[in-house]
Amino acid sequence: MVIEQIDAQLPGVIADRHAFRGDQTAVVPKDRFLEVVDFLYREGFQFLVDVTAVDWPERAQRFDVVYHWLNLASQERLRIKVPVADGEAMPSLVSRFKTADWYEREVFDLFGIPFEGHPNLTRLLTWDDFPGHALRKDFPLDGGDAFCMEGCTAPYNRGERA
Amino acid sequence: MDSIALTKQQLDGDRMIVNMGPSHPVTHGTLRIVLELEGETIVRATPEIGYLHRGVEKLGESLSYQQFIPLTDRLNYTSSLMNNVGYTLAVEKLLDVKLPRRAELIRVLVSELARIGDHIVCVGINAVDIGAFSAFLYLFKQRETIYDLFEMAAGQRLHTSFTRIGGLMRDIPEGFVPLTERFLVECEAAIDELERLLTRNPIWHDRTKGVGAISAEDAINWGYTGPCLRAAGVPQDLRKAQPYLGYETYDFDIPVGTTGDVFDRYLVRVEEMRQSLRIIRQVLDRLEPGPIIVDDYKVALPPKEKVYTRMESLIHHFKLIMHGMEMPVGEVYSATEGANGELGFYIVSDGGKNPYRIRVRPPCLPIFSSFDSQVNGCLIADAVAVLGAMNVIAGELDR
Repeated sequence: MVIEQIDAQLPGVIADRHAFRGDQTAVVPKDRFLEVVDFLYREGFQFLVDVTAVDWPERAQRFDVVYHWLNLASQERLRIKVPVADGEAMPSLVSRFKTADWYEREVFDLFGIPFEGHPNLTRLLTWDDFPGHALRKDFPLDGGDAFCMEGCTAPYNRGERA
Repeated sequence: MDSIALTKQQLDGDRMIVNMGPSHPVTHGTLRIVLELEGETIVRATPEIGYLHRGVEKLGESLSYQQFIPLTDRLNYTSSLMNNVGYTLAVEKLLDVKLPRRAELIRVLVSELARIGDHIVCVGINAVDIGAFSAFLYLFKQRETIYDLFEMAAGQRLHTSFTRIGGLMRDIPEGFVPLTERFLVECEAAIDELERLLTRNPIWHDRTKGVGAISAEDAINWGYTGPCLRAAGVPQDLRKAQPYLGYETYDFDIPVGTTGDVFDRYLVRVEEMRQSLRIIRQVLDRLEPGPIIVDDYKVALPPKEKVYTRMESLIHHFKLIMHGMEMPVGEVYSATEGANGELGFYIVSDGGKNPYRIRVRPPCLPIFSSFDSQVNGCLIADAVAVLGAMNVIAGELDR
């Protein structure tokens, strides 16, 4: 198991870990995340399957940024979760994994988590002046007042309801 | 804003900017690509997606686990049944439910039919876009048969919603197996016909060979999965690598390409159709009567006869509809081999009736993100070929 190797090679880096239904998960603090990525890459986890986030509004560090890795040689999967606070930036992985480009843009778009070092951090799915971030738990399901375009700077609706 | 930038750039330099999409015959869905051209050569391609963004993941947080199944139909709408299967497998992994044998077999059967249907659309449309119109017509008939089979099984051609958590909506009807057997013979012949039209066709070679070539390392780095990754020479197929639904017991091969170009992707897809036919044949040999949904009324609804006649079954029915299933607290990622590649569902459960977070990992998003590097320096006509071979399905891309 790669988690044991991480634990042995980089002591103290894993803040928490659990296994559920065969899925290995490790929680890693943000400041040591890149170390872990380097180590994983050397160990053969070169396929970044997915990047996403989960919003836990009641926590101090509100978001979990969730990375899924796959080792193509051993077919082992690993999930790394990095807790970040609202507004805190994650280090971008684009320089190492090109696939991270759009995934990080999507997380930025839907959760509002910035990624430091991303070459083109713009919204991916919603439009540029979309008010708020749709997948946050406090964003209303029907769009709510946010859809009245309050504070919206788009030239085409002059702050009025679209 | 874009239109202003466009005129400015047109005035400044000799680069011409061409919009492909949002509504263009070759985009097959609603997506926009801004091409910067020098003459006929593409200098930069900027894909713009999100035109079909419906907030599926957000909606999932307010729907129960069963209610999410119809939304999965609308992800990759050319092979909706595989999305149904992929999603229910994820929930079953979360619940730790073991499927009855017949349900597993039928799921494999319909998944492979859906895979053939998806590849028919991809290969056929790719040929139509490049200018080979007749190939698609031969295959279109087979695609109709596949949709007829889906209609027999699920009552719907496209939005099947055929699976249920713990099994299937209903058993396949009488007449399904004979029609499938006929389909196996006819489809094989149609694929032969397709290959006669394209595989050794010099025009097809000229248009596809070397176009969109990608190395195995790059393909992995871009997050390619499915036929596009296999065409680049990586034999990664989740049905073999991380088997589910008993795929390890079937006898089939994984076709692998060498260069990753449009031609190799075409060859891989054609061979995958043949392999899928092989799997279907094996499923038909193994089919035997049995239950099609788990016998656990905390997960699956009890049969209607029991609901109307027995008190406990009525209570189970009521509890399941009103309160939902008793979900464990935890998170799972479950991946299946979709027609386009790895279709993953990441579900976080807080023990409630609805998922706390549901994430769909669409196979074509990372593939399409490499579009710029794929078409850089190519001609517009090549961009059309590459786009078709990537099999970008906007419903899944934007969710």
